[in-house]
Amino acid sequence: MSNNNAVAAAAFAELQETARESWERLREKPLILIGAATCGRAAGALSLLEEVKNEINRLQLDANIIEVGCMGHCYAEPVMVIYNAGFPAICYGYVKEGVGARIVRDFLTEGDPGIEFALAALEPNDLFPTFADFPRGVHENKIVLEQCGFIDPQNIDHYIATGGYAALVKALEMSPEAIIETIKSSGLRGRGGAGFPTGVKWETCRNAPGTPKYVICNADEGDPGAFMDRTILESNPHLMVEGLAIAARAVGAEQGYVYIRAEYPLAVERVTLAVQQAREKGLLGNSILGTGFNFDIEIFQGSGAFVCGEETALIASMEGKPGIPRHRPPFPAVSGLWGKPTIINNVKTLSYVPHIMKNGAEWFKSIGSEKNPGTAIFALAGKVINTGLAEVPMSTTLNELIFDVGSGIAGGKKFKAVQIGGPSGGCLPETALDTPIDFDSLTGAGAMMGSGGMVVLDEDDCMVEIARFFLDFTQKESCGKCTFCRLGTKHMLDVLERITRGQGRPGDIDLLQELAAKVKAGSLCSLGKTAPNPVLSTIKYFRDEYEAHINEGRCPSLMCKDLIAYYILPDKCERSCDACVGSCPVEAIHDNEDRIKVIDQKKCVKCDSCMVACPPQYKAVVKLSPPHLVQEKEKEYREGKKQWQKK
Amino acid sequence: MAEKVTITIDGRTVSAEAGEMLLWAALDNGIYIPHLCADREDKENPAASCRLCFVEVQGRPVPVPACTLPVSEGLVINTRSERVDGLVAAAFELLMSNHKLDCKNCPANGNCELQRIAKERKLRLKPKNLPVLERNLPVDNSVAGLVYDPNKCVLCGRCVRACRRGGNAVLGFTRRGYDRVVTTFGDVPLAESGCSGCGECAGACPVGAFSVQK
Repeated sequence: MSNNNAVAAAAFAELQETARESWERLREKPLILIGAATCGRAAGALSLLEEVKNEINRLQLDANIIEVGCMGHCYAEPVMVIYNAGFPAICYGYVKEGVGARIVRDFLTEGDPGIEFALAALEPNDLFPTFADFPRGVHENKIVLEQCGFIDPQNIDHYIATGGYAALVKALEMSPEAIIETIKSSGLRGRGGAGFPTGVKWETCRNAPGTPKYVICNADEGDPGAFMDRTILESNPHLMVEGLAIAARAVGAEQGYVYIRAEYPLAVERVTLAVQQAREKGLLGNSILGTGFNFDIEIFQGSGAFVCGEETALIASMEGKPGIPRHRPPFPAVSGLWGKPTIINNVKTLSYVPHIMKNGAEWFKSIGSEKNPGTAIFALAGKVINTGLAEVPMSTTLNELIFDVGSGIAGGKKFKAVQIGGPSGGCLPETALDTPIDFDSLTGAGAMMGSGGMVVLDEDDCMVEIARFFLDFTQKESCGKCTFCRLGTKHMLDVLERITRGQGRPGDIDLLQELAAKVKAGSLCSLGKTAPNPVLSTIKYFRDEYEAHINEGRCPSLMCKDLIAYYILPDKCERSCDACVGSCPVEAIHDNEDRIKVIDQKKCVKCDSCMVACPPQYKAVVKLSPPHLVQEKEKEYREGKKQWQKK
Repeated sequence: MAEKVTITIDGRTVSAEAGEMLLWAALDNGIYIPHLCADREDKENPAASCRLCFVEVQGRPVPVPACTLPVSEGLVINTRSERVDGLVAAAFELLMSNHKLDCKNCPANGNCELQRIAKERKLRLKPKNLPVLERNLPVDNSVAGLVYDPNKCVLCGRCVRACRRGGNAVLGFTRRGYDRVVTTFGDVPLAESGCSGCGECAGACPVGAFSVQK
């Protein structure tokens, strides 16, 4: 074995040498990175890439341009980084059409870094602040996301040159038991949502009778508002590949699978390429680096069922059966794919593994809190200013994450709640903002860590509608196998729909709570067991909103269409402007005898167009709830006018 | 012959084969536990989908479906508790809110598992707190001698298993969530599905959704 180790070390040293050469060659010329993960592409990164390439060609400049993944600053997409000798590396954000070419031209030909377009510098300097100088930098601690957005995800050399695959080589020198011991003592908990200790899962699988064994990476990310796994796979796929290979070595598997949802075409493409490149380098396949350890990876594309993120359903769908969960135990670690011992780990869980192998269990434990070591990776979405990806140590508070890392609420609005953990999670109010982010604290507060989706809600979001939205999602995605999930969530959804339509009845809140308790206790799998969480947590923290809907037919956030009416304030209406009239798609707005605009409530479809069209200096269009307030206002106006005429 | 173990159910000491699922050990000893989806001929692969056979197991924090629990020496079980009764009542009410209740005209009347559960556990057949969700699906009587009324179906899946075992394997589940339904490939009428009319499904159906016509 020691001979094998020497062979592996020598083979790997050669790979590192080649990789370093190509990595260093990049920096010999100015280097331009363009963030082209799905988030960047949606914001126009590919046309930015085209624009920058054309400009470089036009000016006949000598520079390297590479497509990278996402740095986490999705709010500022498209994002571009320029390394230019003599200057600190600078990250530019909101690089709109025309701006990219201008920055490149000014910077590379005239030495003007164009700091008016810069988000931050990437290294300390006298010129411009770095990300670490912002409140965000105080909290951020990037482990898994460290290289995301800085290396070419399509080039294995970049990964190797920045320290990649060294952990696998180290693992190949260790006994499987020693690897498991390291992961166990690091305290790593599964990042898929449940927080089960990863080392224990591996040990169970290793000790379970039966061969062959399988390792599966669960990349079937499906929560509304979550995009962590997608970004990681698009930005640094080799990290997961290396983690999976180490897992295979630990449990004694020779075959691994990556289960990616087909709706992530770019992630599928990049992982497929990563696996192929690793194979070409001898880091996957037969006798990896000459050690005699065989391991290969196949990509399996999920066909779009949310429930297939549940491990037994995932396995069933890989076996060609309907993706429907089964009773556990037996757990997959004992009887999984084709009835063989199988471990299924989330993308993030596996992405921590190489770092733990490299830096040791003690290092990992020094981050975060005792029972929740390491970092938490969150996808910030919703009404927060800095939407995107953030990695902070466990036990950072929600407050810090939303207001420091996320820069608070967009549009000067007031924070109302944060929805954590997707459809299985819950909504936490302002009073819970001091909750530390970790598996146990969030569950205690009535939400869930989940896989890392975080949707920030402001004063314009109706909590009953939010509960209805998430339950509608789980109800549609329920496989329908077990009674509680199939019928319990259906009845709950019917009640919620009634409430948001203004047809709530006294007793509905009790009925919801009763059904929710039973669905949680009785369902077969975690989808059903957690589906009522959004409903329960909104009732717990925002009961007054439910009561306003049921008892007064009023939506306090003015969001539920059936409970609001649009009204034009006579004293604010400018009379001669007509912007609202033109915007209305159903011709519901007309002039009254005083040339003030009036909305015909019978015709109005509540599309919001008039409110958007009314110039900001007037702000004459308002929403009223309950809708009958319109009649009162109109009466008030008529009576006021009569009195004025008498005078 | 498998090893015999002694377990305690509701204070009664009974003998059962080690590894046998508790539900069958209890039923074979004359102790009734409500159940719909359990299939005696495929005990090792419980569907555990009807969620009616919950029991309390000493040492376990939450009730467990009896069809999934292999018995072992010294196991102590209670088939009734406040929690169990609550879950069973809730599951039963949910099922009844989605079952076309027409006992008088139903061929299963008097031989219906739903009636039996209601009687044993003193539960109402008509849901008390929940509105009835009507499915209004067409009745299939395309095969002579066989009637399939999906509006009565509780989705236990016993017909699907029976059809695969003794029939032409024409039945299966399709769709998800509330729309899940037992049907044929491509939703064609039974007569066009390759169904032989053997009636295995009707023999397996606990609620009269599949029935043999006289």
